[in-house]
Amino acid sequence: MLRYLLSRIFQGILVLFALYTITFFLVKAMPGDPFTGEKNIPEDVKRNMREQSGLNDPLLVQYINYPKAVLLEGSFNYSIKKKRPVAEIIGQAFPASFVLGVSALIFAIMLAIPIGVISAVRRNSWVDYSGMAVAMIGICVPSFVIGPLLQIGIATRIPALKIAGWDDPVDIILPAITLGLATAAYLARLTRGGMLEILSQDYIRTARAKGLSTPRIMIVHALRGGLIPSVAFIGPAFATLISGSFIVESIFQVPGMGQHFVNAITDRDEFLVLGLALFYGLLVVIMNLVADLLVGFLNPRVRIAELETETA
Amino acid sequence: MDAGTSTPTPARMVIDRSPTRGTPLRLPLLGFCSILLLAACGGPSPVDEATAEKTLLLGNASEPQGLDPHLVSGVIESNIIRALFEGLCAEHPSENGTPLPGAAESWVPNEDFTEWTFHLREDGQWSDGEPLTAHDFIFSFQRILNPRLGSEYSFMLYYIIGAEDYHQSRRTKTLVKDHPDLPVSWETIETEVNLSGDETAEEGSFDRKGLDHLGLEELKQLRADLGLFTWPEALDEEARLFLVDQLITFDESGESLWDRIGVAATAVDDHTLHLKLRAPMPFLPELTKHYTWFPVPKHSLLAHGTADDRFSEWTRPGNLVSNGAFTLKSWRINDHIEVVKNPRYWDAGTVDLNAVRYFPITNVYSEARMFYNDQLHITYTLGPELIRYSQERYPDQTRNELYLGTYFIRCNTTHPPLDDPRVRLALSLAIDQQAIIDNVLQGGQMPALGLVPPSGEYESPELVRFDPEEARRLLAEAGFPNGEGFPDIRFLTTDRESAKRTAEALQGMWKQHLNLSIGIDQMEWATYLATMFKKEYDLAAGGWIGDYLDPTTFLDMWIRDGGNNRTGWYSDEYEAILREAEQISDPLARYQKLQQAERLFLEERPVLPLYWYTRNYLIHEHVKGWHPLLLDNHPLKFVRLGADETEEANPLSSD
Repeated sequence: MLRYLLSRIFQGILVLFALYTITFFLVKAMPGDPFTGEKNIPEDVKRNMREQSGLNDPLLVQYINYPKAVLLEGSFNYSIKKKRPVAEIIGQAFPASFVLGVSALIFAIMLAIPIGVISAVRRNSWVDYSGMAVAMIGICVPSFVIGPLLQIGIATRIPALKIAGWDDPVDIILPAITLGLATAAYLARLTRGGMLEILSQDYIRTARAKGLSTPRIMIVHALRGGLIPSVAFIGPAFATLISGSFIVESIFQVPGMGQHFVNAITDRDEFLVLGLALFYGLLVVIMNLVADLLVGFLNPRVRIAELETETA
Repeated sequence: MDAGTSTPTPARMVIDRSPTRGTPLRLPLLGFCSILLLAACGGPSPVDEATAEKTLLLGNASEPQGLDPHLVSGVIESNIIRALFEGLCAEHPSENGTPLPGAAESWVPNEDFTEWTFHLREDGQWSDGEPLTAHDFIFSFQRILNPRLGSEYSFMLYYIIGAEDYHQSRRTKTLVKDHPDLPVSWETIETEVNLSGDETAEEGSFDRKGLDHLGLEELKQLRADLGLFTWPEALDEEARLFLVDQLITFDESGESLWDRIGVAATAVDDHTLHLKLRAPMPFLPELTKHYTWFPVPKHSLLAHGTADDRFSEWTRPGNLVSNGAFTLKSWRINDHIEVVKNPRYWDAGTVDLNAVRYFPITNVYSEARMFYNDQLHITYTLGPELIRYSQERYPDQTRNELYLGTYFIRCNTTHPPLDDPRVRLALSLAIDQQAIIDNVLQGGQMPALGLVPPSGEYESPELVRFDPEEARRLLAEAGFPNGEGFPDIRFLTTDRESAKRTAEALQGMWKQHLNLSIGIDQMEWATYLATMFKKEYDLAAGGWIGDYLDPTTFLDMWIRDGGNNRTGWYSDEYEAILREAEQISDPLARYQKLQQAERLFLEERPVLPLYWYTRNYLIHEHVKGWHPLLLDNHPLKFVRLGADETEEANPLSSD
């Protein structure tokens, strides 16, 4: 197990390094630079600006300097446009994205698992069809439609809810629904599929034959196996949800990471782009690992398969 | 990052067909709806509460790039900085171009407006209680002009004698121009020697930097090996060594270039500031209202780092010391910035607001909805699609005001056939400005009849009009009857939806009236800028917002190789007229001269003016003392908040 874990961590580091390399050279390949503004700046002044951010060094030196500073000094450098440490920007934005992402995920799970289970149990009934239709709509309708609809339909009618803003705990509700809906829809379909798979198994028939009640069969026998696809999906979905969404954040004025992702690129804000990409990469790596461990816990065959491939 | 609609792929999906028994999974069964029910309790709206607390809630478009007056260049930053800091002169709440006393109590120009003396108020102080003196202003001017700081806006101070030389590090000129032992004439050096750098030279070479920008170590290397730098033939070895030696001696002496140049900004005493300008500037007080002229607190800034550190933390809440009507209370990135009343402000009695909250709302629809739902006092803007709706539902709150800016299309005059003024005129005459305003923009803009928007007593020659007949005639005269044989040219614009619609409308008009097929290139903002800077375009969308109320803010940029020109167009005659105008101290005669320059410019038409900007926004009836201003620089010290409908705003009641 420990060997498995270590090899996964090693893989993760490799992934992050590859991510850094690709991002670094892509950023450098973009036309324009962080100092391109509408107003002209004398070349000498530009050189001074680049100097303060270490951008006058040869490309390869810059390529090595960044990870060196990260590993040795723990410094992710400064955002060139915002003139603050990148770590501070992510540190301010991540909590908002995290809270929003967790709420969206809780909302998605609360909504999707019951719908998925019920749809599977009452397969091909009107409950199934309407549930899956709603899920399809959730997948298809983009958040820039759902967000404004919630603002107009709900926020204007309930005084305590604001159109946008991030001050009170209730401000989380609408963006969380908007963000979570697509995940919920996908999750509901996965749950239904997983449950259908399990419900056709012999041991479920055995359980029925024993005369167990349907809720007991569902909760005790079917759910554990039926949820495996969903759990495998939730890991990376969680990473995506907590790393922010530009659209949802800009609609609801959430001070999260999504806006930084987009703005950093339009600003050519090199170090912020790198910092965000690496942070997001780290999240995905960790969440994938956690999801895999969780799936292994739910399903011993995966554990065995992993161990076999490892020793092979 | 993502649009919130993509679904991540599972890392690994293994379908389990034979689960073993284990502990049952328990799902937490919290009802999401119960939270919704909790939320459904009423109360006063955020705007009502804020009005009672005298807190102004302002939409402010996006997260500012910083609050250091010397390191920003945008309207968003300016809106906050003008609340925190105050220049020598201050904004009038309702009159364009009328300076009020600010940090300076009074000011006197000499007869021809080339020398100005500002008398600072004796009781002026920073928000931490330190006195505000003329030395703070000198420090500020020195800082923004320091090339190591890298300010984008230093040119706003170039009017001060020596400022430009200092900012461009013109050491050679300073040291040898009037040197008695100069082996060759200064004119030869100035025209022949690569002083300011050659952008085409190899990266990292001395030629790339230019003689003026070499450091002491580099100069010493050059002293040892003169071949490191490309010298003109006109200078023999003696002259070359002379220049290098002068520079080395100066650098080793440690004397500051500022003093050596004698930049003509001096603190006569603690409360008297004296400025000498390179030309008459009757509108200097107008200029000092711009944030580039604001003082920064020397004592506090240096406590948090060096003067030229771009990443200094002196502007953070808790660190920032300011001299304006407000001080910085909190700053949450992408959330809000709050400033609160500064009790140490000299005119604190006039300030009615207790606080101002700036919200960086990037989504214009959310912003409008927040306003409709009583969450904002004033929006930053109003999307074109929402203007009609707002005018019907909120007629008293919807504003449409003229703004000091011109939208135009740059012609790259280095690309034929755009080098022919007749072609440019034809393209311009084929544009039905009013149709674009009415059908595409829908924001009540004004057709740009000239380059300079209406401002004060200056009147644009108004030569731009819609005349397809004349356009066709000119195009035929230029050799393209009915558009035949016209080369493929393309129109460069940004990737915004409105930019696309405008481009398509123009495309249609050129096709309809001139039978020209002009393609559209849409590019993302930074790429668009880079492409335009490199002059790799034929026609390009562009615009300019005036920095101060004077036509020169629109006219000065079109000089030969001017940094913001980017059209390749220049005219010696045009520049001669501008120079003549510079020497005229009588404002009206000066305006006439400038009008002459604009006329020449419009006859040549290197840019095709399309419309003069307007500002569309929503303002709550609680806000009093907010008047239309051409520069949109509303001084918040005069703004009042009150739910009382009858209260009339009297902006200068305290005077």
